[in-house]
Amino acid sequence: MTLTFPHLGNAYIIAKTLLDDFDAQYVIPPFNTNKTLEIGSKYCSEANCLPFKLFVGNMIQANDLGADAMLVTGGCGPCKLGYFGEMLKRTACDIGIKMEIITLEVPEQGLGELASRIKKVSGTSNFLNIAKVAYAAKNVAIQMDNLEKLARVKRARQLEVGSVDRIYRAFQNDIINIKGSKNVLQFIKHTEKKLNGVLIHENTNPLKVGFVGEIYTTIEPYANFDLEKTLGNMGVEVDRRVTISEWILNDMIRKGLHLPKDRSHEKAAKEYLGKIVGGHTHHTIGNSVIHAKEGYDGVIHMYPLGCMPEIVSQSILPAVEEDYKIPIMTVIRDEMTGEAGFNTRVEAFVDLLIKRREEHTYGQDKMLFGY
Amino acid sequence: MIRVGIPRGLYFYKYATLWETFFKGLGAEVIVSDKTNKNTLINGAKTCVSEACLPIKLYFGHVLNLVGKVDLIFTPRFTSISKKQYICPEIGGVPDMIRNSIKIMPMIIDTEINLRKSSKNSWLAALRIGKFITDDREIIRNAYKDALCAYQCERQVLKSGVLIDDFMQESIPLRLIQKRSTKLTVAIIGHSYTVNDSFLNMELIKKLRSYGIGIVTLDMLDYLESKEKCKELDKMLFWDYGTRAYGGVIQLIENGEIDGILALTSFGCGVDSFVDELVEKKIREESDIPFMKLVLDEHSAEAGFCTRLEAFVDIIIRRRTHDTNISTFR
Repeated sequence: MTLTFPHLGNAYIIAKTLLDDFDAQYVIPPFNTNKTLEIGSKYCSEANCLPFKLFVGNMIQANDLGADAMLVTGGCGPCKLGYFGEMLKRTACDIGIKMEIITLEVPEQGLGELASRIKKVSGTSNFLNIAKVAYAAKNVAIQMDNLEKLARVKRARQLEVGSVDRIYRAFQNDIINIKGSKNVLQFIKHTEKKLNGVLIHENTNPLKVGFVGEIYTTIEPYANFDLEKTLGNMGVEVDRRVTISEWILNDMIRKGLHLPKDRSHEKAAKEYLGKIVGGHTHHTIGNSVIHAKEGYDGVIHMYPLGCMPEIVSQSILPAVEEDYKIPIMTVIRDEMTGEAGFNTRVEAFVDLLIKRREEHTYGQDKMLFGY
Repeated sequence: MIRVGIPRGLYFYKYATLWETFFKGLGAEVIVSDKTNKNTLINGAKTCVSEACLPIKLYFGHVLNLVGKVDLIFTPRFTSISKKQYICPEIGGVPDMIRNSIKIMPMIIDTEINLRKSSKNSWLAALRIGKFITDDREIIRNAYKDALCAYQCERQVLKSGVLIDDFMQESIPLRLIQKRSTKLTVAIIGHSYTVNDSFLNMELIKKLRSYGIGIVTLDMLDYLESKEKCKELDKMLFWDYGTRAYGGVIQLIENGEIDGILALTSFGCGVDSFVDELVEKKIREESDIPFMKLVLDEHSAEAGFCTRLEAFVDIIIRRRTHDTNISTFR
């Protein structure tokens, strides 16, 4: 059995370490490109959301490379993500490719079924061994997100534009050949040192923008046209509080073991949103409020067309905008979105934020220039 | 007397009797917003974000219609209406959307209705809602009992093949005449708020009836049986509507007396994007019933809608008259 998994930002590094530690055979699907989306949209109904189309694209491209089983995460929330596994199964059947979908969740059949699924991946039923490997993968996830965060901070302050990207790209190129969680962690440390050595403007105060929204579009660089890089190279510091490690820790480990979760975003969103709606609505609203309280200059909200929970956020965000006096821009992505148009909007938003900061220094209190 | 406003949208179509009886039992005056019309849509679309689906926009319009006329607006927060099932996240978030989008609002009753864990929660929800109007627990209990009774009666009648609209208006003899005069039967698969809102679906039901076609909706089918039928899926659908639609379609196929199936959905409906695909595959694979999907949004033109409907009806009729002894043609 050759395993594969869909792309979600740097999640492939985590999945890779996990599978390497288990000595499993696997294929990393080609990185998301327009081709992936084209293949995916071909086999999906148009009403499906962008993440699903890209998942299907990943599945077919991985199948071409010889994969015959795909790992996906599940859930049973009201968001469509919980049913991706089942729909992928049917789509694979329709296309006529042989692909077993392994959903990592607690299914209706109970824990035994989950254990047998894990055994398929790990090849061992030694619980201690599995826990050890999972723990190592969790550490990789945390270190990976720290590295991303460091890159975002350094990028906004770099002396020479592109110096951070060079290191980062080299990292992404080389990590594929590195096996085992220990070596991966070491390599991440090594890259961290390199990033710390980048020459930066001292004493600058770059614009700070929060990036919120649906988890897939905010994390996967293809889905957001590498927004973090674009903004970073414009000299804007981006922060994204929804990360893969946060998701693994909060929604998989703590929720699975019934441990107390990090609820800071839920507390912050309480004023605007009562009970759970599903998806990342609480994160979107709560993190926007947190960003506003931390004195960020603006927030960019992004989601794929047809995402139900984020439509709820979108209609609540104007209230946050008004209460906390923080400009928020919503961008919606689908397969027809053009990169140039997207970049124009982002640039215009940044221009307005720069102007706003200048005006605020002179004591004016407008939301945005020309408002 | 406290005036309670109920917007004529979303789950109103399903629970109208229940809610009206309940509030009347509490001693409140119930005001339902006007029937959906063009102004509802225009006002709703203006206030709501453009990405929301058509029923949500209309709901906004209905709420706006009530502003100024009532003291309390009843917009419950639906999380789940049956065990282990959710409803669409947009409907779950609609009270928050309204609160944060409409500036001048009377007080709203946004009690959570969550029957995911236990159906006893409905009594707790009723108690909380009742507290808005009266403090007397006994009155609330009686009103709740009456409402449940009225609702169960309605469900019984609906299951015998009566549309919600007819249940509200027409007399029993008229219903029987209408039922007898139909030769063909078409099933409409759709949320109760798209199937029963005649403005939203451009009088679909009236149009079908004028062709002499009888109608079956998901409300007429038994829910528990649908749930049972859904067990053939590897993973149960976790949307209430999904279970009703998928299980309902299996029931219809097994019944074998249906001449055509229409799927009615609104543009951007996230649940339908998965459920309709499953349903369509099921129908195409396991039966030869003609199937058509109609997608509605605020730009849908009536002429195009009629043409498609006519073509669909022609297919069904032709099948009946020409296709009887020859193997069916898809």
